[in-house]
Amino acid sequence: MERYRILPHTADGKFQAFGETLEEAFANAALATASLMWDWTKVEPKVRFAVRVRGRDLQQLLVKFLSEVIYLMETRRFLLAGVSGLKMDQEEESYGIEATFQGDEISGRYKIYGDVKAVTYNDMRIEGCDCGVCTVQVVVDM
Amino acid sequence: MELVKTAENTWEIPRHGEMKVPAVIYASARLLQDIKHDLTLEQARNVACLPGIQRMSYTMPDAHQGYGFPIGGVAAFDLDEGIISPGGVGYDINCGVRLLRTEFTEAEISPKRKELLAEIFKEVPAGVGRGGVTKLSRNVLKEILVKGAEWAVENGYGTPGDLERTEERGRMIDADPESLSDRALERGIPQLGTLGAGNHFLEFQKVVEIFDENAARTFGIHSEGQVTIMIHCGSRGLGHQVASDHIEFMENRFGIAGLPDRELVHAPFRSDLGQRYYRSMCAAVNYAFANRQMIAHWVRDVFRRVVGSAHGMDQVYDVCHNVAKLERHRVRDIEKQLCVHRKGATRSFGPGRPEVPEAYRALGQPVIIPGSMGTASYILIGTEEAEEKSFSSTAHGAGRVMSRHEALRRFRGEQIRDELAERGIELRSTSWKGVAEEASAAYKDVDEVVRVSHELGIGRLVAKVAPIGVMKG
Repeated sequence: MERYRILPHTADGKFQAFGETLEEAFANAALATASLMWDWTKVEPKVRFAVRVRGRDLQQLLVKFLSEVIYLMETRRFLLAGVSGLKMDQEEESYGIEATFQGDEISGRYKIYGDVKAVTYNDMRIEGCDCGVCTVQVVVDM
Repeated sequence: MELVKTAENTWEIPRHGEMKVPAVIYASARLLQDIKHDLTLEQARNVACLPGIQRMSYTMPDAHQGYGFPIGGVAAFDLDEGIISPGGVGYDINCGVRLLRTEFTEAEISPKRKELLAEIFKEVPAGVGRGGVTKLSRNVLKEILVKGAEWAVENGYGTPGDLERTEERGRMIDADPESLSDRALERGIPQLGTLGAGNHFLEFQKVVEIFDENAARTFGIHSEGQVTIMIHCGSRGLGHQVASDHIEFMENRFGIAGLPDRELVHAPFRSDLGQRYYRSMCAAVNYAFANRQMIAHWVRDVFRRVVGSAHGMDQVYDVCHNVAKLERHRVRDIEKQLCVHRKGATRSFGPGRPEVPEAYRALGQPVIIPGSMGTASYILIGTEEAEEKSFSSTAHGAGRVMSRHEALRRFRGEQIRDELAERGIELRSTSWKGVAEEASAAYKDVDEVVRVSHELGIGRLVAKVAPIGVMKG
């Protein structure tokens, strides 16, 4: 299964990410976000960050989870290369994610070619796992 | 959706359903075609449904689809019954433009354009992930959030004359740094004094046409071939975080039921959360003012080094394109203070407004409208008519018509650089991919945008400038 697909959008960045489970689709959405800024396949998984976020619903959870990719790049100079151990939980009025990001520090070895300013709700879709495929669609402000 | 032509370049979505006021779109037939391609009109209608909106939901000629509000959207709200919305300002708070004029001519600068650009490239950090030059403490950052460009001038970046010629004198006084999240502060620390990437740029330009000699002269523009400098950037990650944070806080407090679009989330202006967003936004606005103040200072330094002087490099003006401000306007013959949201729009105050610097007050404020990479930019002047027609607002730029994806498929950065070089324009960037994405063919025709603004009288043409050297983040 392909991990994600970048879609045309007039002003900004749009993609769909896929997975057999919602967890996998969310993890692939993080890689899709990274792919708009750097080539995550070329980044060495040297450093790890534990990521934990909570949201009032799945959409807010996804916005906050993907925002971690931008936040860690800007404040920890961290380039995402992979996501592991992604677990989702649901309490009465909120959803949570725990995951580990692997990657490396920004250096001359890596090219950064795009700037994602923020993750938006615009045109966001989180689709159930019919036929074994979960799809999430996201537009980011660039 | 029903769209009625009510006057030349003026279209109206009549009030229906939940709309509290009609929506007005200022565009030529040609620009309207672009606008109809996406969800701009639906978004303009959604804005018209918000509590406390006054007169109309306005859409500028360069509009395109945004988040919640359209880009190019202008809406003013009553302070007691109305709201404030982070989606009405946008993620890049105080994305804006600063223009410097010089006493240099193209003939003097053009031969040195490569060297100038190379030096500016060294001096002004640009691109993604590139940190600023100063290591800031949290306390200094907070001081910057309070004082804006004033902090920069106090610390040796530029002159008090620059503040005189900046909207709000480079400092929104309602800023409260304590209302920002830790994350917003963390993102602000490494990025002060950086240009960023995307559509942000720094250009030196030459005046190619003067339409209004009197206004141009007042702004310090006197002849064709005169060199100007334009800086286009915003509040970087700090501003983006302020927007994301408050969208989340407002969702959690007020819920999302009944919102056609989640980024239309809002809070009553007078509520705690409304005030918290407003004060945080003011702090982000100040950060962006300080940013452009520092960059302008470095540009002058480079000119001193490379050309031998910063002769006449005075600021024409610095304008915000993404902001919410408290301003006095007339609604049904009563003057009152409103919260005016401009998202991808420029304030366009005409003569007599106290907010306009004294030197310009008799005529109106300069309106700076950047074109896309490698194309012309414009200087306009604010008008009295704009008060009636758009709460003193006009367009802010060209506006995209082609996706980055499509631009990448069609163009290569190196090829664009070579084509610009053939036209005598030097281009430097941190990323050729970024250059391809910003190809001018991916944007609306800025000439048409300013023509419509001029015809409507919401911002009148003063001068046209064309690039000589472009630095893109």
